[in-house]
Amino acid sequence: MSKCLETKFNDILFKNPVIPASGTFGFGREYEAFYDLAKLGGLCSKGLTLEPKPGNKGMRLWETPAGLMNSIGLENPGIDAFIKTEWPHLKAIDTVTVINVGGKDEESYLTAIEKLNAIDAQLIELNISCPNVKAGGMAYGMKAETAGDITKKVVDISRHPIMVKLSPNGDSIADIALACEAAGAQGISLINTLQGMAIDYKKKKVVFDNLYAGLSGPAVKPIALRMTHQVCQTVKIPVMAMGGISDWQDALEFIMAGATCIQIGTINFNNPMAPIEIIEGLEAYCINEGLANIGEVRGIV
Amino acid sequence: MAVILTNTSVSPGIFKMTVEFTGDVKPGQFFMLRAWDKDPLLSRPISVHDYTPGKLTFLYQVVGKGTEILARLQTGDDVTIQGPYGNGFPKITEDLCVVGGGIGTAPLYYLVRNYKAENPTGKCRVYLGFRDTPYGVEAFEALADEVVLDVGGIITHKLSVTPDETVVTCGPEIMMESVAKTVSAENTVYVSLEAHMACGIGACLGCTCETKSGNKKVCKDGPVFLREEVFYV
Repeated sequence: MSKCLETKFNDILFKNPVIPASGTFGFGREYEAFYDLAKLGGLCSKGLTLEPKPGNKGMRLWETPAGLMNSIGLENPGIDAFIKTEWPHLKAIDTVTVINVGGKDEESYLTAIEKLNAIDAQLIELNISCPNVKAGGMAYGMKAETAGDITKKVVDISRHPIMVKLSPNGDSIADIALACEAAGAQGISLINTLQGMAIDYKKKKVVFDNLYAGLSGPAVKPIALRMTHQVCQTVKIPVMAMGGISDWQDALEFIMAGATCIQIGTINFNNPMAPIEIIEGLEAYCINEGLANIGEVRGIV
Repeated sequence: MAVILTNTSVSPGIFKMTVEFTGDVKPGQFFMLRAWDKDPLLSRPISVHDYTPGKLTFLYQVVGKGTEILARLQTGDDVTIQGPYGNGFPKITEDLCVVGGGIGTAPLYYLVRNYKAENPTGKCRVYLGFRDTPYGVEAFEALADEVVLDVGGIITHKLSVTPDETVVTCGPEIMMESVAKTVSAENTVYVSLEAHMACGIGACLGCTCETKSGNKKVCKDGPVFLREEVFYV
């Protein structure tokens, strides 16, 4: 593998800028049957909360044209079980593990972050944007002031760099990103899912027990790209972008919009090899275009 | 990618597709199928109806955009298949009683054929329930010791199970629940669940079902569960 995809996200060296997104990749184990995870630039853990969560009841998935709505509800084993059973496995993989953390209130966020201080993680993705549960923290992510406030408190106690994952459902995303940067965030990731709704007209009922749910997949890509561009024009800290990326061309567009790294989400479900195909596609692009590094096209639009 | 050998309608809205495939395929497992780009977004989980080396067969009902596309595919076309996924039915050595409803009969055919091959002296009885037009009944009659058919009624009303039978059921949830609740606690009963799935491999947590031992993934921990596990009794 050439070094044309090597990417620095602050001081963290990613062998390439391609990272499977939280909630679409479990803790990596399911995809080990398909490829060596060390080929990835990094991977994002399933969203973790302080306490274990069983997730939402009722329907959890609903397809839309070129999109997927989900209402998983942050089903996860909790931070302690993660550290005990998943972290040793992840740590042994030669790639960057990004640990995604959500919370229902300030205390649960801070306690979770303190527990993670005990392990040698490289980057924490602070989820203030899950639309499907109160514990997802979207309440914090809707406004610049609350987003900045929780970010500051987390940054103050974390010994790991904090990247804040933003919601597309709140106020101006650039303003929220700016507030997180001012509060000490060392990176921004975006976008979490767009809040949507589904009704089953045959049953005359809403589809999801939780009423609304999060939309992802190719259908949201133009919105994600626009928001990535806006945030990259506004903040100086690096951005990890996602939203409907399904091939290397999509990935390249987000990099051209200014993203340092990109995350691969929903497409993992219909093509488990997507991250690898995207890495190979970006590498071939660099070679064909005579780029020494992919960074040469970053933020050119 | 697999090449389609045949893909024909066997009953209104019901299609049988055979593709070229060789692998380790157990009865009760499924594959994720797709033959389109990004819309619909997800692949379709379809159970294995029959398998012999080189030939993998699916029996499926056309219910939406994805299965409509599958139904239009012709001999020689390619279809993307991923799998086999799921646990499949366990090895059964007792007498076997299967109870299938509608398209839930699809995975039971391979189960029965495999059972008869592995247990030449074992007895196998089959109950099949359909809302209207039945399909695939002759195929079961060629294999099983007894086939009980019900059209338009409730198949479980006709069900009687002997003490030495292991019961396997697949079909509408209400039918499986009824089987799970009426068959004696002395019998072993397996249910094969259906769920909306995104990945099919246990990553998305979209098909989670509650069980007595906590959340399980229908795609990976199942789709076959002991009835006791899934809250029916």
